[in-house]
Amino acid sequence: MESKRLKRREKRRDFARSLCFLSPSLLGVGVFFILPFCVVVYYSLIDGVGSRNFVFLDNFINLFQNYSFKLAAKNTLYFSVLAVPLAVVLALVLALMLEARIPLKSQFRTFFLSPMMVPVASVVLIWQVLFSNSGTVNEFLLLFGHDKIDWLQSDYAVYVVVLLFLWKNLGYNMILFMAGLSNIPKELLEVADVEGASEWYKFFAIKLRYLSPTVLFVTILSLINSFKIFREIYLLTDDYPAALYMLQHFMNNTFRSLDYQKLSAAAVIMALVMVVLILLLFAIEDWFGKDVEG
Amino acid sequence: MKKKHYFGRGVMFLLCLIFAVLFLMPTVLTITNSFMSEAELKSNYGVIFSNLQGGYISKQVNLKFIPDQVSFSQYTTGLLKSPEYLLKYWNSILLVVPIVIFQVGIASVAAYSFTRWRGKIRSGIFFFYVILMLMPYQVTLVPNFLVSKWLGILNTRWAIILPGIFAPFSVFLLTKFMRRIPYSLIESAKVDGAGEWQIFTRICLPQCRSALYSIAILVFIDYWNMVEQPLILLQDADAQPLSVFLSSINAGEIGLAFAMATLYMIPSLLLFLHGEEYLVEGIANAGSVKG
Repeated sequence: MESKRLKRREKRRDFARSLCFLSPSLLGVGVFFILPFCVVVYYSLIDGVGSRNFVFLDNFINLFQNYSFKLAAKNTLYFSVLAVPLAVVLALVLALMLEARIPLKSQFRTFFLSPMMVPVASVVLIWQVLFSNSGTVNEFLLLFGHDKIDWLQSDYAVYVVVLLFLWKNLGYNMILFMAGLSNIPKELLEVADVEGASEWYKFFAIKLRYLSPTVLFVTILSLINSFKIFREIYLLTDDYPAALYMLQHFMNNTFRSLDYQKLSAAAVIMALVMVVLILLLFAIEDWFGKDVEG
Repeated sequence: MKKKHYFGRGVMFLLCLIFAVLFLMPTVLTITNSFMSEAELKSNYGVIFSNLQGGYISKQVNLKFIPDQVSFSQYTTGLLKSPEYLLKYWNSILLVVPIVIFQVGIASVAAYSFTRWRGKIRSGIFFFYVILMLMPYQVTLVPNFLVSKWLGILNTRWAIILPGIFAPFSVFLLTKFMRRIPYSLIESAKVDGAGEWQIFTRICLPQCRSALYSIAILVFIDYWNMVEQPLILLQDADAQPLSVFLSSINAGEIGLAFAMATLYMIPSLLLFLHGEEYLVEGIANAGSVKG
C-alpha cells in the first residue's frame, strides 16, 4: 500500500519535472501555433471579424465556389501528384546506385546535396536562362530541328518546375534512403544470396520491406516540400501565373485584401487535408511494414 | 557473371556522372558567371533579360561557364558602391542566427523531456509536434500573421524570429538522437545523485554534440534561403533579408545578382563543406517519423 502511494508520488513528480523541461517549447508552440490556429478555426466559422455571427460552413462553401481557390488547389494537387512519386522513386534509384561499388561515391553524394545551398534567386536566374523562349533548351531543340517551346508560358511550365523541384530535393531524399538501406540486416541479404535470390527479389521482398518507414517519411517530406516550391514559381513568374497559380499565390494574394474568412477557411482546409494524408500514410506504412518492426 | 557486374557498375557510374553534372551545373554557373563583366553577361543573356539597356545584345542565349575575362566589377559594385546589399546581408544574419541558436537551445531542453519521461500524454504531445512539423507553410502562415499582429511585432524582425525559434523541427530531430543515448548512463548519474539539470547538461548534451551541430546546419540552411515568411510578415524593405532582395535584382543587373548570390552562398557552403558528415547524419536520423 505504502509503496504504491510512493510510486504514484514519484510518477507525479516525474510528470512535473518533464513539464518543466518541456514548458519553454510548449509555451512557444502554444502561443505561436496552437492558440492562433484555434482563432483561425474560429474565424473560418464566423461571417466577419466585426460582426462575429456564427455561419458554420458558409466560408467553406464560398471558398469552394471561388475560382482562384479551385484553380490553385487543382494546380497544387497536380504538381504534387506529379512531383512527389518522382522524387521518391528517383531518390531511391540514386541511393541504390550509390550503394553499388562505384568509384567517387562520396563525391557524388556531395554533388547531389549541393543544390541545398544555392540561393533561390540564382536558381531562378539559371532556370530562366535554360527555359526562356530563347533559352538554352530551345537552342538545343532548334539544333535538332524541333520548334521552339515557350516553356514557362505554356502548359509545359509545370514540368519545368517539377524538374526544379527534383533537382532541389533529390539529394536530401537520397540521403534518407541511404540511411534506410544501411539499416537492413546484412545477414538477411546474405541468406538471400546463398539461396540464389535474384536482385529483383532481394529488392522487392527484403529491401523495400525494410525501407517502408523511410518511404513513408520521404513521401511526407516531399509532399511538404512540394508546397514550398512556391518560392521558385513566384520568382520565376509573378503574382498571377496562368499555369502555375498555386495555393501559396492564393494565400499571398488574399493576404493583400486581408480577407480573414477566406484565409482562415483555406488554412483550415489545408490543415485537414494534410492531417488526413499523414494519418493515411501512417496507416499504409503500418500495414505494409508490420512484420519487420518490433 | 562477373563481366555482367562490371557492365552494370559502369552504367551506374555513368548515370551518376550525368546526374552529378546536372546537379552541379547551376551552382557552378552562378559562381563562374559572377566573374563576368556586365557587358559580357549582356551579350550572353541579353535576349532573355531584354530590359537590359544598351550594349550589344545577341540574338541567342549563350550559356557560358568560363568568363572571357575574369572581372571583379560585380563584386565591387555590390559591395562598395551600393551599401544596400551589405545591409540586406546583415539583415539575413540578424534573422537567422538568433533562430538557429534559440531553436536548437529550446529544442534540446524539450527533447530531453521527451527522451527522459514517457507517458501517454507526452507521447501524445510528441505526435502533435510531428504533425505540426509536417504542416506546410501555407497553414501556419495565417496563425503567425495573427499573433504578430496581436503582439504588435508585424513588420519587425521578431515576427520571423519568434515563430522560427519555436518551430518543432529541431525538437523532433533531437529527440530521435537523444533516445539513442544508453539509458544506463542516465540511470547511473541519477544513482550518483545528479539532478535532472545536471544530467541534461553534463551527460545528455555532450553525448549529442554532433547532433546539435547537424541540426544547426539544417536549420541554418532552411532559414538562410527563406522567401515566403518575409514576403508576408516583414514587408519593410529595409529589414528584409538578402534572400528576398536577391530576387528583385534579377531584372536589371544579372551580374550583380550572380555575384551577390555567390556571396550569399558562402556561409551555407562553408557549413556544408565543413560539416557534411554531420549534415548527412542529421538528415539520415530524421529517417522515420515514428518512434
